[in-house]
Amino acid sequence: MDAITTDNLTKRFGNLTAVDGLTLSVAPGELFGLVGSDGAGKTTTMRMLTGIMDPTEGSARVMGRHTVREAEPLKEEIGYMSQRFGLYPDLTVLENLHFYADIYGLPRRGRDEKIGLLLSFSNLTPFGKRLAGNLSGGMKQKLGLACALIHTPKVLFLDEPTNGVDPVSRRDFWRILYQLLREGVTVFVATAYLDEADRCNRVGLIHRGKLLACDTPDNLRGLMDGTILEVRTPDPRRAALLLRERLEGESVGIFGDRLHVVTRDAEETGRAIKAIMEGAGVTVQSIRPVEPSLEDVLVSVLSGEATR
Amino acid sequence: MLERLRCMLVKEIIQALRDPRMRFILFIIPAVQTVIFGYAVNTDVRNVKTAVYDQDNTPESRDLAARFQRSGYFLITERIGRESRVRELMDRGEVKAILRINRGFGAELGGGRTAPLQIILDGTDSNTAGIVLNYASRITARFNDELRGTQLPRSRGARVFAGGVQLQSRAWFNENLESSNYYVPAVIANIVLIITMLLSSMAVVREKEIGTMEQMIVTPISRSEFILGKTIPFVLIGFIDVAVITAVSKFWFQVPIRGSLLLLFGATALFLMSTLGFGLFISTISTTQQQAMMSSFFFIFPAMLLSGFAFPIENMPRVIQYFTYLNPLRYYLVIIRGIFLKGVGADILWPQMAGLLVLGSVILGFAVKRFRKTLA
Repeated sequence: MDAITTDNLTKRFGNLTAVDGLTLSVAPGELFGLVGSDGAGKTTTMRMLTGIMDPTEGSARVMGRHTVREAEPLKEEIGYMSQRFGLYPDLTVLENLHFYADIYGLPRRGRDEKIGLLLSFSNLTPFGKRLAGNLSGGMKQKLGLACALIHTPKVLFLDEPTNGVDPVSRRDFWRILYQLLREGVTVFVATAYLDEADRCNRVGLIHRGKLLACDTPDNLRGLMDGTILEVRTPDPRRAALLLRERLEGESVGIFGDRLHVVTRDAEETGRAIKAIMEGAGVTVQSIRPVEPSLEDVLVSVLSGEATR
Repeated sequence: MLERLRCMLVKEIIQALRDPRMRFILFIIPAVQTVIFGYAVNTDVRNVKTAVYDQDNTPESRDLAARFQRSGYFLITERIGRESRVRELMDRGEVKAILRINRGFGAELGGGRTAPLQIILDGTDSNTAGIVLNYASRITARFNDELRGTQLPRSRGARVFAGGVQLQSRAWFNENLESSNYYVPAVIANIVLIITMLLSSMAVVREKEIGTMEQMIVTPISRSEFILGKTIPFVLIGFIDVAVITAVSKFWFQVPIRGSLLLLFGATALFLMSTLGFGLFISTISTTQQQAMMSSFFFIFPAMLLSGFAFPIENMPRVIQYFTYLNPLRYYLVIIRGIFLKGVGADILWPQMAGLLVLGSVILGFAVKRFRKTLA
């Protein structure tokens, strides 16, 4: 049995279709990433899967439980961390944990051990008496995770858990997630960071409510037609405009101070790029083929979507 | 169920009492407000600043003016010598009343004829003017009585006119007609209304606003546990405030408590059903605490004005009088004043208590029903 299955899951708000006919399944023990830009429908999908929102059409089951009809028993099985910090800022770290332990009806026996474990797990032990509102962004997220894990859920839903979290805390956070996966927990994580999506077993690319592709990160990279040329130049903006105009049929994207050009014939295009840019007086520092990142895939899939 | 409710209550109470400003608002402000209301909301009219324009200046006219002064209601601040000063004093608001005695006042009375006495009042504050007029009539009536008693026997040589009506007034429940007795207990109603309704609506909306609501929905806590957990702390706070204000009324203002305190708390419980019902309802239509606060005040002000707290309901237009039947404050005020001043019990107050019960059940039921939608 799959941990999560959705069938034509759809949510409309008036004229806006936030999630459009989403059909996917997640195996038990899998780390699944839902990847998309802001407003793609990630949070709405999460809310429907956790029983916070009812779908307009279609249905979803989590651990075999229908998210609308069996919402109450479902809640015992899942943990959820919302995008915004969802704990009480005027309660201390320990009070928050004890509160959630009470809400989930955790037996008294073993409760302190469980809380102690979660605190050390998330490196929060020294901050037990601090008000949750006074924690740093990364610590808040770890406390949120600890509270979502207090009842040992079978499926964990995380909505952009590392948004606005410093790199060190992000690494901590992922270390905890890998630990959970070893314990057999299914993790469903929504993220806008593609480097994080790369850590997932499988990734669903969502754009404007539609699932564009759903596969392992490696297979998604295989979706790319051709290879990627990385072009370094001091003036990427001007170069991009120039190349988009002159290079026919190739997609050009800006990645920081570099350009990524997708092409079928790397050598031929490489020469063409050099010629165009030098002809226009734009310095070329280097041109070399690189491994496509998920970001390239997303850009490529999206541009394919746009021309279709 | 009970375990979850208990932890919800513990959490709410910790949150409510952790903030020192909140502790101040909950328990100190009610006592301070009671004291302020007790002194400031006072419709007693005493020491009305009065000028006397005595053009006659005879023993009779001076006697009459002295009687006004002695009554304690009037404080004669100036004796006027010229006509133009009358207008000047009134325009500047230096006096509220002017007594004007025409030339020949003493002579007319001495001749057994009726002599006019004019009192000019500042009518901008119509209530006070009415009360002052009433005092003036009483003083002149007494002056007349005594005049008859002394003059008639002297002029006719015999008691010809001895009969007549003498009004003997007794004000039950508030013998000295002190307005603090009337207003101070009623402050309970206003404070309990504001504190419980405003704070309960804001407490629920706060969970929505800071995002904790979303987290609560994915836990197995039920709707009833959540609602009870959110409202019971305010029931407790409401009771504590009633106790605080009652103590201040009794020991500071010596307002009598003639009825049963148990009944007072029972009626308070019924009243809280309405205030918490409204609070919960407002929380279902608001998404920010600011909206909740604005909506609450939108309800609180008409509720206070149309409750009979300061303005008698009987004086309101009939349509508005019917409207006041929807106002829980109206019933609660009758109950509070009945218990404090009249010492009556449930046998007399049951219609008001039934009114609160019906109103409270309807509002609370409606709010709880609506509450589901925001959780779904």
